Amino acid sequence: MLRQLRLSVRCALAFLGMLVALPLANYFLPEVMAWRVMGGFTLSWFLLGIAFFPVVWLIAWIFIRSSIRLERDEVTAVEAVTRGREREARGAGGEGTSVSRRNTGSAAS
Amino acid sequence: MIDPWILGFSVLTVGLTLGMGFWAARNSRTASDFFVAGRGVSVGWNASAISGEYLSAASFMGIAGMVMSSGYDALWYPVCYACGYLFLLLFIAGPLRRFGAYTIPDFAEGRYDSPLFRKIAVVFVLFIGFFYTMPQMKGAGTTLAYVFPGLPYWAGVVVVGVVITLNVALGGMKGITMVQAFQYWAKMFAISVPVFVLMSVFGSYGTQLGSNGPAAATGTGMGTGAAAPSALVRRVLPAKAPADEAWLQPFGPLTTKAARAGGVTSASDAKPYALLYTYSLIMALVCGTAGLPHILVRFYTNPDGVSAKRTTMWVMILIGVFYVFPPVFGVIGRNHMPELYAGTGAKGTDKVVLELPKILDRPRQEAATTAANATATTRATVGGVTAGGGFPWGSVLSGITCAGAFAAFMSTFSGLLVSMTGALAHDVYGRILRPQSTAADRMRMFKVFAWVVGGVATLLGCFVEPLQINFMVGQAFAIAAASYFPVLFMSVWWRNMTMKGAATGMLAGGVLAMVAVSVTNFSDLGWLPLKAFWAGHPLLRILCEQPAIWAVPGAILLMVLVSRWTRNQLPADTRMKMLVLHAPEELGLKAEYIREHEH
Repeated sequence: MLRQLRLSVRCALAFLGMLVALPLANYFLPEVMAWRVMGGFTLSWFLLGIAFFPVVWLIAWIFIRSSIRLERDEVTAVEAVTRGREREARGAGGEGTSVSRRNTGSAAS
Repeated sequence: MIDPWILGFSVLTVGLTLGMGFWAARNSRTASDFFVAGRGVSVGWNASAISGEYLSAASFMGIAGMVMSSGYDALWYPVCYACGYLFLLLFIAGPLRRFGAYTIPDFAEGRYDSPLFRKIAVVFVLFIGFFYTMPQMKGAGTTLAYVFPGLPYWAGVVVVGVVITLNVALGGMKGITMVQAFQYWAKMFAISVPVFVLMSVFGSYGTQLGSNGPAAATGTGMGTGAAAPSALVRRVLPAKAPADEAWLQPFGPLTTKAARAGGVTSASDAKPYALLYTYSLIMALVCGTAGLPHILVRFYTNPDGVSAKRTTMWVMILIGVFYVFPPVFGVIGRNHMPELYAGTGAKGTDKVVLELPKILDRPRQEAATTAANATATTRATVGGVTAGGGFPWGSVLSGITCAGAFAAFMSTFSGLLVSMTGALAHDVYGRILRPQSTAADRMRMFKVFAWVVGGVATLLGCFVEPLQINFMVGQAFAIAAASYFPVLFMSVWWRNMTMKGAATGMLAGGVLAMVAVSVTNFSDLGWLPLKAFWAGHPLLRILCEQPAIWAVPGAILLMVLVSRWTRNQLPADTRMKMLVLHAPEELGLKAEYIREHEH
């Protein structure tokens, strides 16, 4: 959970950074943002109306990839621990696996 | 005169949508069919369906209208509609999916084991729902008034309201994956094809923008040549249209309106107000996406967490691509159909998407007068085709955009109607008024409530003609941002939240935001004599019109304070709940909160 949260916060900061920065740029650097680019757009219009979307896709893509990998790592870690416990439990005379799964889940997340 | 092409495409869309709805409804009988059977749906279909449900009349018609009337500032709407989805993905979608709660009331009850909280949460399904249906009805009234010239606005609203309500009451039009997916591609086709045709004839997006404002003379960018005003002949702007400079630059008419009404005349003095307005708007749209009642539901029709995440990625791409197009209509509309600035209500800029393609059919003389420069060849060709009694491409394309508009407001209105009626029939009637009622009773009440909700929504829709579609949707987002978003965000990530804390914050934030936006709407419609007051208090006007900037942090603060205060009432199984929310779902901890509702 903590690692997932850290990943989410990092991606959110990148995203919110853009959202906060663009109005500030419009506010403090109006001349720069009024530059004409790409055959007539103002810089600000181009950034907001077109360039914003690919950047957001990139953030989403990075998040999804890392998040899937984090989950996979967590599951393998938990399963390794669970298998170890099951072996112990079998030795000790059998205990429900679901309980041990839950406990290890809490430890891992 | 009724244009046969426009009428034909519109009737075709309505018929297809209704027909597919009924066809699909026959194959899915129960609520668990609706939610769970959909789990075999592939990523592509599901992403299209989510996007189809998301793109409402505000996206299809409202954005273009607002870009045309307000310029740059209106661009925040499409960008935040699309990017708010990222916020949902980062913080809320994954945990909620693991939790197995399909609606926010489901989640409210499951997280705190409190049926009472569920009832409070249901109230906001109705509040937000009604605020969201009003702009859809404005879209419906505007489109019908365009398809049938001379038909009054209210008649269009009533016709669409009755048809869709009848359809929902009869059981068609549940949120069926296939219908929604079809609607996405219909809307995408209808918005993009006319843009490409218009751009090839009248000049590209950039060229159209370049003809606005004096900056081409002082410009330093690489496109200076192409942006020279002489490259494009515009029509004369009426007096009501905003000036080039204000329209093209940030902090234009939309965000400075309140300050200007308050007597702040110089542009530099109005800018701080405009900055505040911009941030509040961004906050409402980004946070509000996470709280829209009808959006989260469909996220769960994926077989597993990994494909749910892939689906979200595709949704962001599909809606992002869509949102590039509507502003182009606004920009071309400003240059080539400025007469819309003079219209009000259903005859104003909100119909630019519908009517703009018609400029292709303008008589040859006009083309000839404008054909004095570099791009003359293309223009003359098309002018020649249409003026020579050829094919009415403008009417065909206008028919296509009308069809897209029908798809937009029909899908969103019926989706909202189903979720609001479901909330009334199952939660209000089935759990609060008559807990002992049978399934057959509830089914009968579902039909009754469908007419009640449809009737109220239609009635409300009749009054909102003067308000802009996009503006109203923004307000629905603000209410969602102040009520549902804090509950979801805090309940997912903060383990010390109590039911009382969550409920207090949600109620206070949501109700205050709703009162604030209602007051501004009532005064804009002339029902409250507040014009003089707003003129004296521009800051208050901004905070009422865009309440997110105080309502969202306020609601979260209230949740923290009340939760601290009632900390002895922390649910005993909070640890388990947090584990279900955050442990990978392959570990199999999830509980199913969706139950069979047969209707």
